[in-house]
Amino acid sequence: MSLFNARSAWTIYKQELMRAFRTAMQSILAPVLTTTLYFVVFGAAIGGQMKSGVDGLNYGAFIVPGLLLLTILGESVSNASFGIYMPRFTGAIYELLSAPVGVAETLVGFVGAAASKSLILAAIILFTASFFVDYTIAHPVYAFFFVLLVSASFSLFGFILGIWADSFEKLTIVPLLILTPLTFLGGTFYSIDMLPEPWRQVAMANPVVYLVNGLRWTFYGSSDVPIALSLGLTLLFLVLCIGFITWIFKSGWRLRT
Amino acid sequence: MQPILEISGLTKTYSGGFTALKGVDLTINKGEIFALLGPNGAGKTTLIGAVCGMVRPTSGTITAFGEDMGRHWRTLRKRVGLVPQELATDMFEPVLRSVNHSRGLFGLAPNPALVEEILKALSLWEKRDEQIRNLSGGMKRRVLIAKALAHEPELLFLDEPTAGVDVELRRDMWKQIALLRERGTTVILTTHYIEEAEEMADRVGIIRKGEILMVDEKAAMMERLGRTEALITLDQPLAQVPTEVAAFPVTLAEDGRTLVYRGGGGEGASAGTAEVAELTKALTRAGIDYTAIDIHESSLEDIFVNLLEGPDAPVQETAV
Repeated sequence: MSLFNARSAWTIYKQELMRAFRTAMQSILAPVLTTTLYFVVFGAAIGGQMKSGVDGLNYGAFIVPGLLLLTILGESVSNASFGIYMPRFTGAIYELLSAPVGVAETLVGFVGAAASKSLILAAIILFTASFFVDYTIAHPVYAFFFVLLVSASFSLFGFILGIWADSFEKLTIVPLLILTPLTFLGGTFYSIDMLPEPWRQVAMANPVVYLVNGLRWTFYGSSDVPIALSLGLTLLFLVLCIGFITWIFKSGWRLRT
Repeated sequence: MQPILEISGLTKTYSGGFTALKGVDLTINKGEIFALLGPNGAGKTTLIGAVCGMVRPTSGTITAFGEDMGRHWRTLRKRVGLVPQELATDMFEPVLRSVNHSRGLFGLAPNPALVEEILKALSLWEKRDEQIRNLSGGMKRRVLIAKALAHEPELLFLDEPTAGVDVELRRDMWKQIALLRERGTTVILTTHYIEEAEEMADRVGIIRKGEILMVDEKAAMMERLGRTEALITLDQPLAQVPTEVAAFPVTLAEDGRTLVYRGGGGEGASAGTAEVAELTKALTRAGIDYTAIDIHESSLEDIFVNLLEGPDAPVQETAV
């Protein structure tokens, strides 16, 4: 008996990607426009007045990794959570639950599609950013895998959120009230080294700091925290999410009555 | 008869403490149409959910195609299809893509010819590129049936398949279900419409408060529990039941003009009518004239209502 049905996983993946393109205005154009506005306002307009830059970088270039991460986190969580919440909400989840589909196919389908959307968005945003700010990517292969790792981890987190939520309010409360503040305070727009003590120590308790700095290292070869620590923590988060989702499928928590 | 599904001691108690299924034992035979009748909240949907994977049973075993459903769910679910009660699907999807998606979800390669055949049989082919949300309620229900058939299930659950559809469409669906049976698909349907069970089912199960009250072949159930009722309109009113017919199960209506016969229960459909004939002869012998006789047999609905309205009907599992 096969433990993984590739065709089932591909079917879910394809369906989820199609859903994104069906709602392209909301799922692709809106985040690209929002991020572009950040580049225009903070990168080109305000950053243009900051002659000294940050950490030896032009301010516009400095914020590129952070803004990219801001979009990736939000979109990964949002896409994956809506992807599984909507069939739960409408009752269409019956088809998934009655199909010969296990945790592996479900994750590859739903989380894979959400992560893919984030990667597509990241590529569009980087392309768009090149019109407003000059940036370089010192380690493009690392950058790709780091973005992939973050997209996958937060898509898994979004999937958990979509299973936990029993209302649209709960679905949006975590991205709006937790993720966005953590990202803004996680060194997207400034270097953690610029903060006085004890705020620097407080900031180090923010997990997003490690993500932003990890991505910044892949762009510019330097960051506030070691890249190994960023990678290790992100991997740990990924493993914890997979473990929790495996438990959800075994126990049927909020999926099966 | 070869069993295709065997449910034994199936119990489901929800976290709130409500017990929806109380040790259900049920066997479904290959190739039959089985109708599960019961009022709202009787446990019909929970029973289907437990077999199809949406409900985790508290205890009991489910064996499908001779294998344990809990252990071999991957292989067994491929052989089972479900049409849910609610019109639950992604309404923004076009019909054809939605049906193809269902087939892929069950791990099967695309089969355009089969999907076309299914959609044509359900009169959906012309609507294949329409978003499901734009279809009528009856059409939406057909889409759910098409989705359930896309992976060619051998055992198909239809949870209230004709709820909310008009009479014409209902009869059309009955034809579709009969065609499925001809192709060898075993069908289990839950319904409120007694007429539906009476029309289609080979066997009928009656469930109430999570317990199976009775399972039997439809004809046998009607034979065993059916009754004959005859209303004999008398030429002249009587004050009491004449002694010549007192041995028959008759009562006199309040106006004294109608003699009411209720009998034949459990003795076969013809026993009641034969006894009514004897009753009329006895009336003639006694010189009591009558002007009309209105006679009818119990419908499945009468049996269903009698069973459910009984003070606390005994749980009775008969031959499977």
